[in-house]
Amino acid sequence: MSGPSTYQPKTGFERWLDARLPIIRFSQEHLLSYPTPRNLNIWYTFGGILTVFLTTQILTGIVLAMHYTADSGLAFDSVEHIMRDVNSGWLLRYLHSNGASMFFLAVYIHIFRGLYYGSYKAPREMIWILGVILYVLMMATAFLGYTLPWGQMSFWGATVITNFFSAFDALIPGLGTGIVTWLWGGFGVDNATLHRFYSLHYLLPFVIAGVVGLHIWALHVPGNNNPLGIDVKGPQDTLPFHPYYTVKDLFFLSCFLILYAYFVFFNPNLLGDPINYAPANPIQTPEDIVPEWYFLPFYAILRSIPNKLIGVLALFASLITLFFVSWLDTSAVRSTRFRPLYKQFFWMLVADVVILGYVGSQPVDAVLFNTPVPLVWLGRLGTLYYFLHFWIVMPLVGLIETPKPLPDSIAKSVLAAAPAE
Amino acid sequence: MPHLPPVKVAFLAAAVSAFVLAAPVLAADNAAPAAPAPSTNALPPKQMSWSFDGPFGVYDRAALQRGFQVYKEVCSACHALTHIAFRNLGDTGGPGFTTEQVAAIAAMYKVPAAPDEQGKTVDANGQPLMRAAVPADYFPPPFPNEKATRAAMNGALPPDLSLIVKAREGHENYVYSILTGFGQKPPANEKMASGMSYNPYFPRHQIAMPPPLTNGSVTYADGTPNTVDQEARDVVTFLTWAAEPKMEERKRTGFNVMLFLLGFTVLLYFAYRQVWHGKH
Repeated sequence: MSGPSTYQPKTGFERWLDARLPIIRFSQEHLLSYPTPRNLNIWYTFGGILTVFLTTQILTGIVLAMHYTADSGLAFDSVEHIMRDVNSGWLLRYLHSNGASMFFLAVYIHIFRGLYYGSYKAPREMIWILGVILYVLMMATAFLGYTLPWGQMSFWGATVITNFFSAFDALIPGLGTGIVTWLWGGFGVDNATLHRFYSLHYLLPFVIAGVVGLHIWALHVPGNNNPLGIDVKGPQDTLPFHPYYTVKDLFFLSCFLILYAYFVFFNPNLLGDPINYAPANPIQTPEDIVPEWYFLPFYAILRSIPNKLIGVLALFASLITLFFVSWLDTSAVRSTRFRPLYKQFFWMLVADVVILGYVGSQPVDAVLFNTPVPLVWLGRLGTLYYFLHFWIVMPLVGLIETPKPLPDSIAKSVLAAAPAE
Repeated sequence: MPHLPPVKVAFLAAAVSAFVLAAPVLAADNAAPAAPAPSTNALPPKQMSWSFDGPFGVYDRAALQRGFQVYKEVCSACHALTHIAFRNLGDTGGPGFTTEQVAAIAAMYKVPAAPDEQGKTVDANGQPLMRAAVPADYFPPPFPNEKATRAAMNGALPPDLSLIVKAREGHENYVYSILTGFGQKPPANEKMASGMSYNPYFPRHQIAMPPPLTNGSVTYADGTPNTVDQEARDVVTFLTWAAEPKMEERKRTGFNVMLFLLGFTVLLYFAYRQVWHGKH
């Protein structure tokens, strides 16, 4: 997307540096003059918001790590030490724990935005695939981090999730148990497990940062998709990234930070499970083991299948499916705005994920709102639709649907929409 | 290819709904009993109003001091308060005891002493060496370990109270409801196990803790009526502070942060409008 550079070194030092390390030229091309479609809406600001949250999580995490102790006998108390004795320790911890939730909220909006506007379609398949990798890395990082306070849900969550792998015993006896023992570093979730989870929790964010670099690199080759889903045809369709999108991203980032601040300062424990304020106890299982809200749809998929191995495979499949989205969608039109039939299925998918999230949050034997309908049936239906959507609906709708006519260009569409300006 | 009209989608949705509605029939064989007859689920906690509710709520200092008295004279016989040091009683945003009061409170407690000059850790009678606590010490637990606790408590393990308000669904209202939820007769179908008390706010309604508070359990120096309700309110306020001692600092900081963010967002909005003028 970035054409021939317009950067002109002005001083002797800039000319010297430009011949050796063209970092100013690079920044100028990718951060300042980078041509961006002029019609990006609010949903396109979440990429920038995610970058800010990755940075926030790394910075608060680094300081928290200075005060945290990854030892099963001391971890819980060291978190309380942070909350009570470290200067502004409560602030760092609440920023970090609620930051994880905000990070996932932003990434879900970012993913559904990509799905809605067809940002995964050619020539942007690599951006999407790197995005799915980032999402999986985020899930791993969040899971590992949730273990660190060594509360009841930390311990039992770690036990349940790592035990997924024991399902492979059904394939080859001993295989699953072997994997689980290897993951734990022992015969139970214990000190060795906590140590390695801490090490990996510190490592993965930097892996994420690296993949984010690739994600943005891949983005800057074809340039941004846009709400119309049509290609940029010339300079009249774009605006330089700075100041247009720096100020727009900042404005919506600031709005998002208000929500973040609400949680951090006025309801810091709303999104967490109370029982995680009780220290880990390996001989007492909590009433219900519930993951954090951002994992609930996947938890519902897992629990909707009575066979453990198939449930675990379904959970993995629900993530692996996302890697194929670029090829499952057969429509030539990117933006769902011009796809009246697919639009309805898109919103069904959104509703489906929300319903799965609700099912995942409820006890396994719950019923649907005082009716005799077991909730697990709703979970099964939701699981079925999740896979149907990607593997059947997406390929089929693209073939049978008649899309609406596409506008001629971004510039025409934008200027027609806002004649008053 | 023909265009599939929305009406067909609606039909599909109807078919899906029909499947959902048919589910109980399909599931009739393996469905769990829909409504388990008389429930022993805990009652929802009483909804009380507290001085620390809301974005500007702060702890009532007098209630914190009275609540500490209730903890010290009643709860501490069985419940530890591991994460609280005596010095915390004088911290900003806490009960607000003076330095002298904190030292005097600490001096009433005995904590294990360091080995003496001969390296001995026990006295002539074989008892562990003890010394008076100082403000830097933490509240000593009522029993030395879990086994000793269970041995003294008929097998029960009274939980540590430092985080109890944050560690239970319903939080301060739950703890208040437990403390004031004793004294009702159990329904005929609920048999009390020996040594258990009936408390409908507790899961399965049977709690190993006997009613801890009575009218007159403590005598308040400030003349506040010492009813069960008042004692419960005071000790719950104290335990909420124990669980979240930085709440006042948090809300104060939050107010300033919100003020800044709202102003900053408004400025960014105008900057955004100005930069984009005529561009969209």
